[in-house]
Amino acid sequence: MSDFTGSGAGLRRRDLLRGAAGLGAGAVLAGCSAPVLSGLGTGRESAGSLDFWNLFGGGDGVRMTEMLDGFRAAHPGTDLKAVTLAWGNPYYTKLSLATLGAKPPDVAVAHLTRAKTLIASGLLEQLPLDELARSGITPDKLDPTAWRAGLVDGKAYAIPLDTHPFVMFYNTDVCEKAGLLDSAGKLTSLDSAEKFTDAMRRAKQVTKTYGGVVSINGDSATPWRIFQSLYSQLGGQMLADDGAQVVIDRGKAMRVLTFLRSLTSSGLVPGGIDYQGAIATFANGQAGFYFQGEWEISTFQTAEMPFSMTLFPNVFGGGRYAVQADSHTLVIPKQPDTDPERRDRSLTLIKSLLDQSKTWAQGGHIPAWLPFRNSAAYRAMTPNSAYAAAAQGAVYDPQGWYSGSGSNFEIVTSNAVATVLGGQQQPGAALAQMRDQLLDLAGTPSPIEGGAR
Amino acid sequence: MSTTQTAVRPAAGASQPTPRPARADRHGLPAAGFLAPFLTLYLLFILGPAAYGLVMSFFDASLVQSGLGAFAGFGNYAEALRSADFWSSLWHTLWFTILTTPPLIVLALAFALLADRAARGRWFFRLAFFMPYILPSAVVALIWMFLYTPELGLLQNMLGHIGITAPNWLGDPDWAMPSLALTTLWWTLGFNFVLYLAGLQEIPRDLYEASAIDGAGPWQQIRRITVPLLGRTTTLVAVLQVIASLKVFDQMYIMTSGGPNFATRSLIEYVYDEGFTNYRIGYAAAVSMLFFLVVLTVSAIWFRIVRRGQKEI
Repeated sequence: MSDFTGSGAGLRRRDLLRGAAGLGAGAVLAGCSAPVLSGLGTGRESAGSLDFWNLFGGGDGVRMTEMLDGFRAAHPGTDLKAVTLAWGNPYYTKLSLATLGAKPPDVAVAHLTRAKTLIASGLLEQLPLDELARSGITPDKLDPTAWRAGLVDGKAYAIPLDTHPFVMFYNTDVCEKAGLLDSAGKLTSLDSAEKFTDAMRRAKQVTKTYGGVVSINGDSATPWRIFQSLYSQLGGQMLADDGAQVVIDRGKAMRVLTFLRSLTSSGLVPGGIDYQGAIATFANGQAGFYFQGEWEISTFQTAEMPFSMTLFPNVFGGGRYAVQADSHTLVIPKQPDTDPERRDRSLTLIKSLLDQSKTWAQGGHIPAWLPFRNSAAYRAMTPNSAYAAAAQGAVYDPQGWYSGSGSNFEIVTSNAVATVLGGQQQPGAALAQMRDQLLDLAGTPSPIEGGAR
Repeated sequence: MSTTQTAVRPAAGASQPTPRPARADRHGLPAAGFLAPFLTLYLLFILGPAAYGLVMSFFDASLVQSGLGAFAGFGNYAEALRSADFWSSLWHTLWFTILTTPPLIVLALAFALLADRAARGRWFFRLAFFMPYILPSAVVALIWMFLYTPELGLLQNMLGHIGITAPNWLGDPDWAMPSLALTTLWWTLGFNFVLYLAGLQEIPRDLYEASAIDGAGPWQQIRRITVPLLGRTTTLVAVLQVIASLKVFDQMYIMTSGGPNFATRSLIEYVYDEGFTNYRIGYAAAVSMLFFLVVLTVSAIWFRIVRRGQKEI
C-alpha cells in the first residue's frame, strides 16, 4: 500500500481515511465512497472548464496546488477544477470507470507503469507529436528514458513530469563518525556487496542500533523496489511477452535475495519494521542509511536532521547503473467527444505544469522537463540534483496487465522478498513462491485485452 | 404503529383468521408507504447490486471494459475452487473468526457482570468498555499500529522492561493474525458488553434475593440464574459476532495490507485484490458469491448450535 505519494505519513493517513470511509460499508465501498462522489460532482458542461485529477497528498499535494494556482493566474479564462483522490488502486479504478462512463477528467496524473495498462485498455487519448509540438512540448525536451518508456507502438499517450527512483538517504553525522565521508564531505563509494556491507557495519558501530533501514512490514512496494534495484543491476528480467511469461533468472534472483538476507540476519538492517518505523529509525539517528524513493526528502527536511541523499549504490551493476523507478505522467483520458478547444486547454495545462518543474522538483523528484533539468537552478538544488543520474538508469516495472505501481505484481513480489528479509523463508522457497504466484497471474487471461485502441 | 401490529398478528393469531386479512388490506397502502423508503434503498443498493453480482459472476467481466464480457459459465467458480489463494484467504477469515468470537463473547459477559456489580462508578466502567467501539476502524488501526511498532512501539518497550522479548507483532506471519484479533477484541468488545448489560437489566432482582435466602452464593447465582437467563442475549451476541468476524476487512487492509506474506489476507481482501487491483470483477463476483454461501452456512449452523444449547438449559 505504499507506493510513492509525497510523504509516507500522508500516505498512511489517506489509507486510513479510506478505511474509515469504508467502515461498516464493506470492501466495495471502502475503496470508493467519498472520492467517487466528489468525482461525480465535477461537471463537464461549462465552457472554459477544465477538470484535473491527481493523487498527490502531503508535500506533493501542496506543491501541486501551488502549480495549479500558477496555471490559474496565467489563464484566468479557464475554470480549472482539481480533484485530489487517494493514491493506489482506487485511483486507477475511478479513473477507468469515469472514462468508461463518459465522464472523464480532461487531464489526469498517472504513474507511467499504470498508464501503460490504461493505454492497453484503450482509455487514454493518443497525443500526436505535431499537436504536442504546437503546445511547445517536444520529445527532445523530455527525459529520454521516461519518454521512451511511455511509448506504445511508437505512439505517445503520456507526458512524463518526473522520474522518481529508489535512492539512498544517509545521516551525514553518522557517516562522518564512521569514517565514510572523504575530506570534501562526500560519501565514499558503496558500489559492491563488500563495500555496502562494510558501510552498514561501520554505521552500526556509530549508531549502536542499526547500520541501515528499509521498510518491510505491511509494505507492498518497498521490498520489491530494493529487490528490483539490485536484480536489474545484474541485468535480470521478471516478465516477458507483456506479462504472459515469467522469466525470473534464478541465479541472479538468488544472489540478490541471499545478499538482502545477509544484511538482516547479521543485524545490520532490522528484519521487520514498517514504513513509519523505518522513517523514525532513520530520523532518530538509529540507522545511518535509509532506502526509499526520493519523495521522503521533505520528511527529513522537516525533521531538521543532518542528512543527504545519493544514488542507490550500484552494488552488482559494475559498469552499468540500474535502479527501480517510476514516473508521474500527465495523460488525457479518452474523451467522449472531440472538442478542439478543450483539448487545447488540456495541453496548455500540461505544458504549464512542465514549465513549473522547479516547484515540483522540490519534492525530490527528478524533473523530466529538460529545459529545467539542465539549468543551473536545478544543479543548485541539493541534495536533489545529486541523484539526477538515476533517471538514466531508471528501470520501470515490467509490462503486464497485472503489473505497475501498486499492482498485484508488486504485492506478490514484495511479500516474497519481505519473508526473506524477515527471515521467515529461505531465499529458494521465497523465490519459488514468487514464481508460482506470478505464473498464476501470467496464466490468467488479461481482463483488459480487447480494449479499443 | 398499526402496521407493525398487522405484520405481527397473522403469525400469532391463527385462532382468529377471518377478520385479519381484511384489516391487513385496509392497512396495505399505508404499510407500503412506510416501507417504501427502506425498500427503495434496499432494492437499489443491496438486492440490485447482489443480483447484478450474481449475473457478473458467470461472465469474464472486466472492471475496465463496458459490458459483461464473454460468458464463462461456472468457469469463475471452478477457478476459485481450484485456487490456493482462495482457500488460504478463506482459512484466514475463519481463523480470525475462531480467534475473535470466543473471547468477544466470554469477556463481554465477564466484564458486563463485573460492571453490573460495581457499587460505585458504574457509569465509568460502562463508558470505558464502550468507548473504543465508537472509534472508526482507521483510528483504531492507527493506535494499534503505533503500539505494535517493532523497535520503537509501546508494547515492545513495556515488555522489554520486564525482560520479555516482544514478537514482531504485525511482521511475523504467525503473530500477525493474533495481533489483529487482539486489536479487534479491544475495539469491538464494547458492543457485546452493552448487549449483555441490557440483558442483565432484564433479570428480575427478586430472583437473586430469593436465591440468596435459599443460601446460594454469588458464583451459584451467576451459573444458575444469570447465565441461563441471558440465553437469548447470548444467542444474539454469538450470531452477530460470528457474522461480524467473518466480514473482517478494515483492520487487515489498513494494518497489514493482508501481509506479511499474505498471512492475514481475508477473503474480502482477496475479492478486493482480484476485483479492484486486477480488474477481474467477474471472478471477484464469483468469489463473493461463494463467500456469501460460506457466511450463510456458517451462520445457519452456528445459530442451530447456539439455539440447541439454549434449549437444553
